[in-house]
Amino acid sequence: MSGTTTVARKKGTGKTLLEPTAKEPARTYQAPRLELPVNPEHDHIEGPVNASLTLVEYGDYQCPYCGAAYPEVKKVQKELGSELRFVFRNFPLTNIHEHAMNAAETAEAAASQGKFWSMHDFLYEHQGTLGDPTIALGFAKKMGLDTQRFEREIAQHTYQKRIKDDFMGGVRSGVNGTPTFYVNGIRHDGDAIAKALVEALGHSK
Amino acid sequence: MLCNVSSFQRSGVSPLKTSLMQHGKRRRMRKLESKSAARNRLRQPLKTKKMVKRVDSVLGPGKTAPNFSLNSTPDQKVSLNDFRGQPVILAFYPADWSPVCTDQLSLYAMVMPEFKKFNAELLAISVDNIWSHLAFVKDRKLNFPVLADFEPKGVVSRKYGAYKEKIGESARALFVIDDKGIIRWSHLSPDGINPGADGILSALENLNKTQVTGKS
Repeated sequence: MSGTTTVARKKGTGKTLLEPTAKEPARTYQAPRLELPVNPEHDHIEGPVNASLTLVEYGDYQCPYCGAAYPEVKKVQKELGSELRFVFRNFPLTNIHEHAMNAAETAEAAASQGKFWSMHDFLYEHQGTLGDPTIALGFAKKMGLDTQRFEREIAQHTYQKRIKDDFMGGVRSGVNGTPTFYVNGIRHDGDAIAKALVEALGHSK
Repeated sequence: MLCNVSSFQRSGVSPLKTSLMQHGKRRRMRKLESKSAARNRLRQPLKTKKMVKRVDSVLGPGKTAPNFSLNSTPDQKVSLNDFRGQPVILAFYPADWSPVCTDQLSLYAMVMPEFKKFNAELLAISVDNIWSHLAFVKDRKLNFPVLADFEPKGVVSRKYGAYKEKIGESARALFVIDDKGIIRWSHLSPDGINPGADGILSALENLNKTQVTGKS
């Protein structure tokens, strides 16, 4: 290893000879902001609609990092209680996750019958079985949804436009992967763990 | 990581020494026996100084984008000048196979239809070799050329001020170049922050606006 790290240095300065010295971007760095404000008529919101703190997640149901962030968000919600509203928007990375779009459509189909959050939680708790749509269907049945309508809406891609709109809105807001969180409208570049999220929510109050 | 470091240490003749001999600079070799001299000479006089003009920071708007010609496949080269007449997005990135689920380039592959609305071409560049790139492109289903700034390593990245000398990787830098080959927007991401696509889209929009009003 030591042989690979040798670098020509300018005398006395300790700086490498060819290293770019651009420091401005780091100093003036501002995290991107949420371009589309939370809209209670359109968004899926968990918690009081007028809560003082807002956490927005752009997520993909098949992404393992979103799966890992799911219990962390639950912890944040538990800790902040009614102070927080949590918003979930779709960001399915369909080129690397083959079941992501179908899962997003499943959640949206459940949403049309008022069960978005139950399905959202179910999908994250059963990430390993996303390839088998009968499992989500079984859950929909158990919840008492109109399964005919549910299946038809998924098959006809009724909510695909909505999902794609979520995606493009995310792109314009600087979503750079999943999950991407926005803490009170500003992209959270820290870790997707409860402690960091609670801290960020507290700081930007 | 294993590479060939240990094997050439054993044989005792480094590629560096061989190349010096070829240049007939045997006297300098004696100095190389001392480690500190070796450190100072390693890159400066031999390769880099000749080929690379020093760039202090990422090239900013208004500068002519330096042309380059890099391999996108083992037998295919892509030159910046091939795309004169349409906007080009250059995305320098550190490495193929970075251990995150949703890297920058997968995102760009998904946003490609939006870039195409501006008739823009996207070229991604890193110092990985072409075989790594080919496997990476296939795995992530990337729909744009991924170029190897591999030999001499990082020269194009350096020309754009987008090279991290200590790590030996390209920096995460973005450039939007207009149809005349002028850089119109550039962005250097802070360490570890994936810039997303919003900046590129805004820059492409501004490109169109200024073209209409003739302020180019």
